[in-house]
Amino acid sequence: MTDASSLWMSGNEAIAMAAYEAGVKVASGYPGTPSTEIMENLSKYEGVYTEWAPNEKVGLEVAIGAAFAGVRALATMKHVGVNVAADPLFTVSYTGVRGGLVILTADDPEMHSSQNEQDNRNYAYAAKLPMLEPSDPAEAKEMLKEAFELSERLDTPVLFRITTRIAHVKGIVSKGEMLSSQAECGIEKSPAKFVMLPALARNRRKVVEERMGELKKIAENGEYNRIEEGDKKRGFITAGVAYLYVKEAFPEAAVLKLGMCWPLPENEIKAFAATVDELFVVEELDPFLEHHIKAMGVECRGKDCIPNQGELNTSIVRTSIEPDSAPELFPPAELPMRPPNMCAGCPHRGVFYNLSKMKDVFVSGDIGCYTLGFLPPLSAMDSCVCMGASVTIAHGMSKALGDAGKGKLISVIGDSTFMHTGINGLINSIYNDSSSVLVILDNRITAMTGQQNNPASGCNIKGEAAHAINIEKLCEAVGVKHVEVVNPHDIKACKEALKKALELDEYAVVISRAPCVLLPEIKNAVHNPYLTTTENCKGCGACVKLGCPAISWTPMTKEEAVSKGYKEKQKGFAVINGVQCNGCGQCFALCKFDAINRKGE
Amino acid sequence: MSTTGNILFSGVGGQGILLASEITAYALLSAGYDAKKSEVHGMAQRGGSVTAQLRYGKKVYSPLIEPGKADILISFELMETARYLPYLHKESKVIVNSQQIKPPAVANGQVAYPVNALDSITAQGVEVVVVDAFDIAQEAGEVKAANVVMVGAMSTFLPMDVSVYEEIINTRVPERFREVNLKAFAAGRKITD
Repeated sequence: MTDASSLWMSGNEAIAMAAYEAGVKVASGYPGTPSTEIMENLSKYEGVYTEWAPNEKVGLEVAIGAAFAGVRALATMKHVGVNVAADPLFTVSYTGVRGGLVILTADDPEMHSSQNEQDNRNYAYAAKLPMLEPSDPAEAKEMLKEAFELSERLDTPVLFRITTRIAHVKGIVSKGEMLSSQAECGIEKSPAKFVMLPALARNRRKVVEERMGELKKIAENGEYNRIEEGDKKRGFITAGVAYLYVKEAFPEAAVLKLGMCWPLPENEIKAFAATVDELFVVEELDPFLEHHIKAMGVECRGKDCIPNQGELNTSIVRTSIEPDSAPELFPPAELPMRPPNMCAGCPHRGVFYNLSKMKDVFVSGDIGCYTLGFLPPLSAMDSCVCMGASVTIAHGMSKALGDAGKGKLISVIGDSTFMHTGINGLINSIYNDSSSVLVILDNRITAMTGQQNNPASGCNIKGEAAHAINIEKLCEAVGVKHVEVVNPHDIKACKEALKKALELDEYAVVISRAPCVLLPEIKNAVHNPYLTTTENCKGCGACVKLGCPAISWTPMTKEEAVSKGYKEKQKGFAVINGVQCNGCGQCFALCKFDAINRKGE
Repeated sequence: MSTTGNILFSGVGGQGILLASEITAYALLSAGYDAKKSEVHGMAQRGGSVTAQLRYGKKVYSPLIEPGKADILISFELMETARYLPYLHKESKVIVNSQQIKPPAVANGQVAYPVNALDSITAQGVEVVVVDAFDIAQEAGEVKAANVVMVGAMSTFLPMDVSVYEEIINTRVPERFREVNLKAFAAGRKITD
């Protein structure tokens, strides 16, 4: 690295540092890949209040409140989180701000860790808000600071869009100067601006249009968008990470790089288009820029040759535009897939093992590690749509099926997802007399995104003690009469609890409670692992059907079976890897042949 | 040795790929290169296939390595090496940890582990160096340092002196692991030196 102020940072680390340098005082978010590390890192800076909110709508509203009080505020979320936060988003566009307000959306092209790959640039258009879009960590850092300045200058919330290949890419960034809000912190009453009832909102609606006009002028003035001179045979308009791929695929070409992807600099685009022989618009996902550029009457190419699905890369950009340049590659080797799996000792496995044995039930799943319960050998999930939808989909099915659905509908949701939007669905299920069973997988943490605390964990974002919501009391308070807490590692008790709940003639909640094995206190504890007494193994495969990564099957031929002293027809035996085993005991509970034991038992 | 390059790290979540790629990145940065690295988060701790892509040179734009352009493939698990065959070219260097970790379909007995997976690479005429990183790390005093053994084995293919790596380990690794990591690095480097 070139000088002492240079740092090697991920985009998310750089954005956290930028928020600190920008003088952000309040930041709220809900964990979601690829956005999570922004709040995690920001929580380590002094003088910034940070929190995990139960969902993105709550998080954005907290940030709006802080901005109304005259401080700089940040709300972070993954792309689908903006759907949850869309209600306040569209109206804060009308109210504007006092302190600067930035709403960060982390999109996930290719769906590395998401259920869809929506392109959130469309929100900027729909909510009539400016959107800035950096290309790499260094630019993200500078641009986030500019976003706060812009927010206060134009009295507008600013959308800030990153993608996975900015969030989780490391690069060289520099420390910068500290800024602070131009607004004054304090209560300032301006009902005409902040009370959005129809008559007042109609007035603000005009302000929004005037503001878009101002923003269009700013888009034209070169603060965020720049032309990089080059070969004019082919010109490129591009933004975000796609800009990097264009620079590598066509290093000689003229480029209009857009840092502000909404509103667009119409005059600059037209002028640039006039200077090049052929114009290409290179962007990931939707033809967002392309459609708006074509609507200006500018001829260009884009999604006719560049994919509108998945991530781009240099190779895709080059070969989409020059198909003859495709290199000859070594053919892929045929290999078994290696999908992710629930961890050894994961408490969710005990529930999904039992669900896998209930062939005539429909398991309405949700978003979290436990979505992996869908994968073989457990294969125990029948739907998964969005955060909180497990509860509501089961209710909808129960109303559609009537008596035919009784005892056959189970929704499965994690503790954090239940706090996010599951509770609303539960209220509805009780209010409207549902007949289904809700299983809350309470592992005390938001696990999938990397162990973030939530309102039921008992700790805040900094790990300090906080009020822990009592999930069973919460369920009882909304009217659930049957609430049973079960230890999922106790396979038999778990089975009985599920069976009993399904047989009841009323809505029932089963809380499966055991901590995530990735929690530091579990991960770093000394485990007493289970071991296999292989000579006792009859090869029944009961333990293997758990799909635990610590258990593997060793196949045998007839001859091998006989030579090892097994019955000729035994096809193999199971072995536990003691290093991987966390000692949960689920396999021990399933073994009928005394082939699984541990020291001292 | 080239002054621009693409290093692809592959393996299974939990093998220390991120630390190995960080040490390599810091070594390249202290030698004055620009660099970018793409990581896989979220699923990294759930036992799935994991990669880190590290690119260096005078100026790096894209954080992603193009297929056919990985100069070094450093793989922490045997069969995971072959998964990235389309990223290699004839002159690629491939460094493989001999450790085998069974994927679910192998662990539950559906298919056999592809023990000859490296043949698909050598059949293309690409040089493969196999390192028993697990055993070497154990000898150095800590099996968890297998990732640093691998970095040592790779270091002879990169344009930095040993002292650069030693400095990184001395400044970036917690004190109680420094000595064992320095030993692991040296033992790994000996294999390809």
